[in-house]
Amino acid sequence: MTKDLQAVPAIELRGIGKRFPGVIANHDIDITITSGTIHALVGENGAGKSTLMKILYGVQKPDSGTIAVNGHQVSLSSPSDAIAIGVGMVFQHFMLADNFTVLENVVLGAEKIAGIGDDARNRIRQISDDYGFDLDPDDLVEDLGVGERQRVEILKVLYRGAKIIILDEPTAVLVPQEVDALFDNLRELKDQGHTLIFISHKLDEVLSVADDITVIRKGTTVASVKPAEVNARQLAELMVGSVLPSPSTEGSTVTDKVLLEVIDLELDDATGRPELVDIDFAIHAGEILGIAGVEGNGQTELVETIIGMRRQARGTIMLAGEEISEWSTRRRRETGVGYIPEDRHRHGLLLDAPLWENRILGHQTRPPSVKGPFLNPPGAKADTGRIVSAYDVRTPGITTTARALSGGNQQKFIVGREMSSDPILLIASHPTRGVDVGAQAAIWGHIKRARKAGLAVLLISADLDELIGLSDTIKVILRGKLVATFDPQSVTPQQLGSAMTGADAISEERS
Amino acid sequence: MSRWMRLGLPVAAVVLALVFSGVVATLVLLFTGDDVVGFWRVLFTWPSERDLVDIINMTAILYLSGAAAAIGFRMNLFNIGVEGQYRLAGLFAGAFAAQGLLPGKLNVAAAILVAMAVGALWAGIAGVLRVWRGVSEVISTIMLNAIAGSLIGFLLVKWGESTGNARNTKMMPEDSWTGFFRLFPDVSDGAYHLSLLAPLVGIAFFILVYYTRFGFDLRAAGASESAAVSSGVSVKKMIVVSMLLSGAVAGLIGVPMMFSEAHQYGSAFQTGLGFTGIAVALLGRNHPMGIAFGALIFAFLGQQANLLNILAGVSPDIVNMTQGIIVLSVVIAFEVIRRLATRIEQRQVATQLDAERQGDTALKGASA
Repeated sequence: MTKDLQAVPAIELRGIGKRFPGVIANHDIDITITSGTIHALVGENGAGKSTLMKILYGVQKPDSGTIAVNGHQVSLSSPSDAIAIGVGMVFQHFMLADNFTVLENVVLGAEKIAGIGDDARNRIRQISDDYGFDLDPDDLVEDLGVGERQRVEILKVLYRGAKIIILDEPTAVLVPQEVDALFDNLRELKDQGHTLIFISHKLDEVLSVADDITVIRKGTTVASVKPAEVNARQLAELMVGSVLPSPSTEGSTVTDKVLLEVIDLELDDATGRPELVDIDFAIHAGEILGIAGVEGNGQTELVETIIGMRRQARGTIMLAGEEISEWSTRRRRETGVGYIPEDRHRHGLLLDAPLWENRILGHQTRPPSVKGPFLNPPGAKADTGRIVSAYDVRTPGITTTARALSGGNQQKFIVGREMSSDPILLIASHPTRGVDVGAQAAIWGHIKRARKAGLAVLLISADLDELIGLSDTIKVILRGKLVATFDPQSVTPQQLGSAMTGADAISEERS
Repeated sequence: MSRWMRLGLPVAAVVLALVFSGVVATLVLLFTGDDVVGFWRVLFTWPSERDLVDIINMTAILYLSGAAAAIGFRMNLFNIGVEGQYRLAGLFAGAFAAQGLLPGKLNVAAAILVAMAVGALWAGIAGVLRVWRGVSEVISTIMLNAIAGSLIGFLLVKWGESTGNARNTKMMPEDSWTGFFRLFPDVSDGAYHLSLLAPLVGIAFFILVYYTRFGFDLRAAGASESAAVSSGVSVKKMIVVSMLLSGAVAGLIGVPMMFSEAHQYGSAFQTGLGFTGIAVALLGRNHPMGIAFGALIFAFLGQQANLLNILAGVSPDIVNMTQGIIVLSVVIAFEVIRRLATRIEQRQVATQLDAERQGDTALKGASA
C-alpha cells in the first residue's frame, strides 16, 4: 500500500442521517474507508448497516451529511450515479437470471461497455483470470453453485468498472469452505487496488479478513477498531452494547418417549425429481433435534412435509404413536404441532390484521379462539394479552396490526402463539433469523423451556452456533438426504461445514 | 390506532373520491360545452316518490350483485361470471316456478332455492376448473358468461313460449306472485317483497365473514394464501366453496323483480347487473355495509341519469363515466389511506417503544 493512496480515503462519510417514518435508521454516521483495504461494517440486525450501504449505493438519499469518494464530494441519486464513480454493490440476495449464461447476466444492462459478443466474453475471461474466479462466460447460471453465483455477482460489478465494492452479508449463504474461497478472492481484489466494504455480523470472519472494522449500533457508528486490537467477544459487546447472551443447553432432558418419528420419507417435486430421499429420524420428548445444511438442500421441504403442506411420495410420519402421513395440515396442527415458519411474513402472519386476529391464525379450530363454528373474539383477545405480556412482545396493544411490529417482536409473538394450546411438537425454522440480539436470547430461552417441558423440538437453522448451542442431536441435510449425525458437545463448525457440502475429504486436506 | 381513525379514514376516503369524481365530470362537461349547472341541478334534485321506489328496488338488486362479487373478492377470486350465473339462475327459477309443482309461496321458496343452486353450480364449474386444472377463474367465468347467454337463448327457443317477437318461459301461477311493500300512498307499487333477500344476505354475509371460523379462513386465504396454508386452511376447498357461495348469491339477483313484476323469465329480465355488481363491490370495499352504500350510490346515479337527457339535455353516458371515475378514485383513495394508516401506526409503535426503552434505561441506571 502506497502512502499517497492512504492520503486520500476511498470513502468518507460525515454526519450521515436517515429517518424513516417512526424510525431513525441512521444518525451521525462518520466513517473513513482507506483506499485499497477491506473495511468491515459490523452491527446486529436492524442496526442500520443496510440503510447506510443503500445510501452509499445511491438507492436512498440521506437526510443529512456528506459523502466524499476519492476526495470529491458527491451526491448520489441512483445506483447508476454510484456505478459512474466506481462504486458497486453485491447484494445478499443474488440478482441473476438462472436461464441466462454468465456472459448474458454480466452484460445485461451494461451492453454499452463492450457489446454482447466476443469483446464482452474476452473481458469477462480476463477479469475471471485476473482474480481467480474460475468462471466460464458461457456456463448457464442455473448450473452454478452458490459460491460461483456470488462470484458472478462480483464479476458484474467489476465489469462495470467498480473500484469500490460493497458486499452485503456475502457469507450468509455460504458454507465455511466457500467462505474461505471468497476471502481469497477478496484479498486478491484488494491486492490489485480495489477497496472492499464488507458487511457482516459474523465476527470470526470479520476478524480474519478485514483491515479495519467499524461498529454500528442503533443507527450510528460507535467504534472504529483494528482486528488486532479486539477479540470476537469484545467486538460482539461493542455491537450489542452489553454482555452477550449465548445459546447453551443445560443438562439433558431427553426421555425415551418418541414423539415424532419419520420413516423412509421421500418427496418428489412436480416433475418427479426427488427432493427428499430416505429421511429417517426420531425426536423424543424433551429433545431438540437440529438440522444443519446449506439453504436449499431440502430443509424447507422437510418441514412442509411434516406439517402437511406437501404430500410425501413414500414413507411414514408418526406423531405420538399415531400415523399422520395422510392427515391434513389442520388435523396435524390440532394434534399439537407448533410451527415457527422460516418466513414469518409469508407463512406466519396476516400482516394487515390486528394481533388478536393473528392469535387465531393456525388455531382456527381450537379454544380459546373459537366456540364451535364461531370465532370467539373476547377469548382470542384475552389470550393475545397473555402472550404479549408472557413473551414480552413490545406493542402498544393487541389491536395493533402485525405489520407495525419489529421483526423480533413479531417473532416473539409467533413463538408465544405456537406454544399455546399445549403442543407436543415444535417445529422451529430459523427462529432467530432477522431478529435483534435481545429477542434472540428470549427466543432461545423459550425453545429451551419447550424442551424442558417435554416437547419434541425440530430446529432448522443456518446459524451453526445456534444449532450447536441448543440441540441435543444435530443431523446434516445435503441434497435432500440426511448425511451425518453429530453430537453437539463435540462437533465443530468446521466439521459441520464439511458435512454440509459433502466435501469431507477435501476439507481434511485443506485443514 | 384509535377507533376514530379506523372509522374516520375510510369515510374521508369515500367523500374525497366522490368530490374528485364530481370535479372530473364537471371538467368533462365544460370541455364538451354541456350544461354544467343543469347537470348538477338534476343530479341533486330530490327524486320523486316513484323514482325513490325504483332507487330502493335497484339498491336491493345491486346489493345482491355486489355481495356475490364481494364473496369471491374476499378470497382473491375474480368472479366476473355473476352476470351469466344470475341470468341462467333466473331462467331456471322462472321455468321451475311456472310448473307450479308446489302450492303458493312454497313454490316461491323452492324457486329461490333452484336459483341459488343453478347460480352456485354455474360458478362452481369455474371453481373446480381452477383447483383441478389451474384455469384462471377470470377467463373461465367470462367464457361461462358467453355460454350462459347462448344456452339461455337455446333453451328458450326449445321450451319457451312466444309473446309477440320475444321468447319467454311460461307465466307462473298467480298464487306464486309476490307483491310490493307500498311505501307511498300515491305510488301503486313499492319495494319488491323479495328485495328483503338483500338485507338477509347482508346479515348472513356479515356474520359469516366476521364471526365464523369459515369466514376467518376465507379472509386469511384472501389476505395471504401462504399464511393460510400454513395455518391449515385448504385453499382448494376454500376456492370451490367461495365460488359456490358467490354463485348462490348471484342466483338471487334476478329473483325479486321476476316474482313481483314479470312473473316469467324473458325479455323483461334485466341484464348487465352482474357487471355493475363488480363495481359496487369495489366501491363498498367488499364490506357488507360498504356494499349497501355502493349499491345506493349506483342506484341513485342510475335513476338520475334517466332524467339528464330530458331535463338538462346532457347525455346520460356522463353518469356512467362518473360512476367509473368514482370506482377508480375510491380504489386509489383507499390504497392511499391504507399506506397512510400503516405509516401512522408504525410511527405510534416506534414512539411508544422509544419511550419504554428510555424508561428501561432509566430503571437500569437507577439500579446500577
